[in-house]
Amino acid sequence: MAQASSDTAVRTGSATRFIIYTVLIVFCLYYLLPLYVMVVNSLKPLDEIRGGGMLSLPEVWTLAPWGSAWSTAQIGVEATGLKPYFLNSIIMVVPAVAISTLLGALNGYVLTKWRFRGDTIVFGLMLFGCFIPFQMVLIPMARMLGLMGLAGTVPGLIFVHLVYGIGFSTLYFRNYYAQFPTELVRAAMIDGAGFFRIFQRIMLPSSGPIAVVCIIWQFTNIWNDFLFGASFSDFSSQPMTVALNNLVQSSTGVKEYNVHFAGAIMAALPTLLVYVVAGRFFVRGLMAGSVKG
Amino acid sequence: MAQPASVGRRSGDWLRDALPKLVLSPSLAIVLIFVYGFIFFTFYLSFTDSRILPSYGLVGFENYDKLFRLRAWGIAVDNLIIFGGLYIVICCALGLALAILLDQKIRSEGFIRTIYLYPMALSFIVTGTAWKWFLDPGIGLEAVVHSWGWESFTFDWIKNRDMAIYTIVIAAVWQTSGFVMAMFLAGLRGIDNEVLKAAQIDGASNWALYRRIVIPQLRPAFMSAFVVLAHMAIKSYDLVIALTNGGPGRATELPATFMYSYTFTRNQMGIGAASAVIMLMTIAAIIVPYLWSELREKK
Repeated sequence: MAQASSDTAVRTGSATRFIIYTVLIVFCLYYLLPLYVMVVNSLKPLDEIRGGGMLSLPEVWTLAPWGSAWSTAQIGVEATGLKPYFLNSIIMVVPAVAISTLLGALNGYVLTKWRFRGDTIVFGLMLFGCFIPFQMVLIPMARMLGLMGLAGTVPGLIFVHLVYGIGFSTLYFRNYYAQFPTELVRAAMIDGAGFFRIFQRIMLPSSGPIAVVCIIWQFTNIWNDFLFGASFSDFSSQPMTVALNNLVQSSTGVKEYNVHFAGAIMAALPTLLVYVVAGRFFVRGLMAGSVKG
Repeated sequence: MAQPASVGRRSGDWLRDALPKLVLSPSLAIVLIFVYGFIFFTFYLSFTDSRILPSYGLVGFENYDKLFRLRAWGIAVDNLIIFGGLYIVICCALGLALAILLDQKIRSEGFIRTIYLYPMALSFIVTGTAWKWFLDPGIGLEAVVHSWGWESFTFDWIKNRDMAIYTIVIAAVWQTSGFVMAMFLAGLRGIDNEVLKAAQIDGASNWALYRRIVIPQLRPAFMSAFVVLAHMAIKSYDLVIALTNGGPGRATELPATFMYSYTFTRNQMGIGAASAVIMLMTIAAIIVPYLWSELREKK
């Protein structure tokens, strides 16, 4: 591994390489530490944690904290475990992701292949909406959801996530479709294909990668959202993040750290799974949201 | 913007011409109402005597005046400066260092990258929970070191008013530095190797190569990292709630938590709205020039 490869200018000796690998591995451990802490402690009885054994492997392995976090732990006033809130999050995420991705695809298509005077301004307006501090919309949105009869409901949360998800979906599809050859679209028009036919037959079949990027991004963001969930849900419609926070912050009774860790992993698992399976697309989405180029 | 539709519109068919705009219009309407309309509404509320509920009696700049006299707001702003400054600097330094190390033809680079970046996929509530108990002196790191026999070891920052804000930095850096690393790595991969080879033939050391040639070329990556990190710092809310809930006392209050508590639990909606306006203006001052230049370059 010490040989300098032909296509890189920076050469490093074997001693240096040893140091580089050591540093990189140390940082791997650093990034893995909290995950390790969560997993290990979710599998041990409470007294092992209290005795200063947070970093040790369990002496007695147990799945009891997982069972408790899922179905019996006290969340707020009810001892329901996290299960109903996990379901809330799923019911919330699926439609919000699907609709915002579809709208983003249509918007991106219009903004690149059916350009009109002022389209860059329209896009700029949508894009800026991605970056505003959402504190700025909390008060009017609470009023609006009340007027719409959606206050404290899962459909209300779907609506909120949909509204503020459009900006990023549009960004992804616009930048992707901008690379797509306009000649193909023009040729299809000459053949008499209309707006939706071109979208369906020409644009959509080649949109796979960006759709995956967009879906993963929206899924991760909406699943992980806390601010909207905390502001616009009531006890029955709380998403997973809010319920987890209630579980951990609850001041009554014994602090069951092992149950908290099990709950935290449950809240992390869906996005973590997506990341493990399709990390490449997740990173592309992150990068497209920052270094658009 | 000057040239019309990139696809010809020879047909005089009205519907055909209007259809694309019709398709775009619901999204545009949503954005205009729920982003810009709402911004305007909150902006307006910041000049009213709203308390528990919105109220429309104008009071001029009274809310802003009160806001800047409030000790809690002063603490929140000071904390944001400490937190934001350290967060941006440490993330950039660590991200750049790791990116440079990973760029040395590392075996299983993809695997290492995956590990560095996974925290970005997690909710701040999840990471907040993990760090909260890990940093807790009663059961976390301090207790662990005690159990190893080093009884005098103390690490109680999370319970300490003067140090608690740094625990937010620790957790936030952990979460995002891998992402910053990925941004710099992408920048490094875009640098022309021929220039480097030429410099090396001229006898430049590795250190000089990076300092003189590579790092200056990473300016765009630094810009992006700064904009992303600054706007994340200003919006930081979840992590503080999960890690310290603003405490101990008000030691980790940030503008985002201030806005929420004044608006929804202290029934000072006018002041809450004013603080949201300040947050928006700060973010706009960073984001607007950035978006402007990005959209311009595209032309």
